[in-house]
Amino acid sequence: MADIQKLKQIASQVRRDIIRQTHSAASGHPGGSLGCTDFLVALYFDLMEHDPSFNMKAKGEDVFFLSNGHISPVWYSVLARSGYFPTAELATFRQINSRMQGHPATHEGLPGIRVASGSLGQGLSVAIGMALAKKLDGDDKTIYALTGDGELEEGQVWEAMMFAAHHKVDNLVVAVDWNGQQIDGPTEEVMSLGDLPAKWAAFGWEIVHLEDGNDMEQVVAKLNEAKSKTGQGKPIVIMMKTEMGFGVDFMQGTHKWHGKAPNAEQTADALSQLEETLGDY
Amino acid sequence: MLDQIIDSGKKATRDGFGAGLHAIGQQNDEVVALCADLIGSLKMQAFIKDFPERFFQVGIAEANMMGIAAGLATAGKIPYTGTFANFSTGRVYDQIRQSIAYSHKNVKVCASHAGLTLGEDGATHQILEDMGMMRMLPGFTVINPCDYNQTKAATIAIAEHYGPVYLRFGRPSWPNFTAEDQKFEIGKALLMSEGSDVSLFATGHMVWNAVEAAKIVAAEGISVELINIHTIKPLDEEAILESALKTKAVVTAEEHQRNGGLGDAVAQVLSRKAPTPQEYIAVNDSFGESGKPVELLSKYGLGVDDIVQAIRNVIKRK
Ligand SMILES: Cc1ncc(C[n+]2csc(CCOP(=O)(O)OP(=O)(O)O)c2C)c(N)n1
Ligand SMILES: [Mg+2]
Repeated sequence: MADIQKLKQIASQVRRDIIRQTHSAASGHPGGSLGCTDFLVALYFDLMEHDPSFNMKAKGEDVFFLSNGHISPVWYSVLARSGYFPTAELATFRQINSRMQGHPATHEGLPGIRVASGSLGQGLSVAIGMALAKKLDGDDKTIYALTGDGELEEGQVWEAMMFAAHHKVDNLVVAVDWNGQQIDGPTEEVMSLGDLPAKWAAFGWEIVHLEDGNDMEQVVAKLNEAKSKTGQGKPIVIMMKTEMGFGVDFMQGTHKWHGKAPNAEQTADALSQLEETLGDY
Repeated sequence: MLDQIIDSGKKATRDGFGAGLHAIGQQNDEVVALCADLIGSLKMQAFIKDFPERFFQVGIAEANMMGIAAGLATAGKIPYTGTFANFSTGRVYDQIRQSIAYSHKNVKVCASHAGLTLGEDGATHQILEDMGMMRMLPGFTVINPCDYNQTKAATIAIAEHYGPVYLRFGRPSWPNFTAEDQKFEIGKALLMSEGSDVSLFATGHMVWNAVEAAKIVAAEGISVELINIHTIKPLDEEAILESALKTKAVVTAEEHQRNGGLGDAVAQVLSRKAPTPQEYIAVNDSFGESGKPVELLSKYGLGVDDIVQAIRNVIKRK
């Protein structure tokens, strides 16, 4: 059984890390990062079997791909707090000569990253490729991936969805960060996504509904439910409702904090709302 | 002449695009605009506010945007597409190649955040191959203006030219030093300062660095002929040859890969018609990274000092 209390404590620290990274870089994407914190914490600290000593091929390990690469601050924090690299390195986020690139990259050799992302719409395809390889190798571990909801406007995502169902890629769990926001505004105003679960279902995916992706108990339960559905002939998608900016009142629920860093005053305000549980980097 | 080139106050070239788009929207009813979820970054708000019916938000779907633009152009509209340079080119190269270039559609592909000066977002977004890709497409015009005023003028001018255009500009605040009321002539190199010892051909943000470098070497007694090549294609061969034949030494400067950009375009002219020693200021077969614009330019060999050194080196090779 997952220790929900402990996961919540980690999440609080990760949220602090997100605020501090984007503030010190004076750039980056806090909104989506804060919204997906609970999901990534549950994944890395509870659900996935993974080895922080990091092996690119990940034989016998579960693997995660971040397709919406702009939320790198949450991933970097979770990787560092899982032991992939020293948390002190988070202080170099978006600086020159750093492994903490603005968007995740393999180019500087950062442990935990297996493919670059940032140009949207490509991660699902890569995740499918690695899931196929696991099957070829007789490796029964699972591939996880996260995509934004605005990101689903890219056609390549739908090509990937079609492929995964056709080829019965059933060792794959994809979560959609269904926050209803993108850069220019709410997704319904920018490019309406319509009945998303029905669209995924029509493409042949097994649907898991996660009504509150910022409630750790629900996140853990639904992740486990998704995992239990692997191996049954269908790829699985978690329709994960989150709130952009979750955990910091003035960032919550608006696209305005998609890609804007907090200033000193806002940072102090944000940090006062997030308990320091594991020690700041 | 060099002393008269002064920064009237920093402004981003993308703001010049936004202002130009609004101005051409007022002048020409056939102009329409499209954007892929980056209205604020491309500075398209003024156009959208005044001409909402002539603007189309396509969401994060650049390939679709290029196809829709081709359709609009088929009926006689003049579509301006707006997204980052990476997603305006590499992401959609075949859509542009088939539906726009090969089909000779009057689409203006307008691309912001080009090059290293995009800064902190890093290499995934810092395209350094775009001018090469676009100048390889038959019939495409490729323009990389140097400052706010020139970008604004170019944005207006391309509506008058029938044919596909790639207009490349950037994110950072940058010196604004060309004339406010300039008339932009596609394909016509702009002589910034006459000189006799070396020809310095620069494009985009690098024109300002070239100005600074020319001022530094002037103090050493080196006379630089500084030419602003805002149009990479069609290239002003006449201006390039005339200058190179006079100075017998060439430096090219661009915020792009060495492969395929301005330097290669110039070398192609020189090698056929007037072989001349040439030094390249360009990124040498490498991706960029996150960092601040000026520190990145320096790290990747595009700083003012690098141009100064290239000028000294090429003169020795005469
Ligand atoms: C191919 C591509 N087009 C455009 C962008 C610019 N961009 C970065 S994030 C973003 C919005 C993404 O929306 P969503 O997936 O919903 O993420 P959220 O804003 O919710 O974090 C856009 C348009 C990009 N990174 N890649
Ligand atoms: Mg979203």
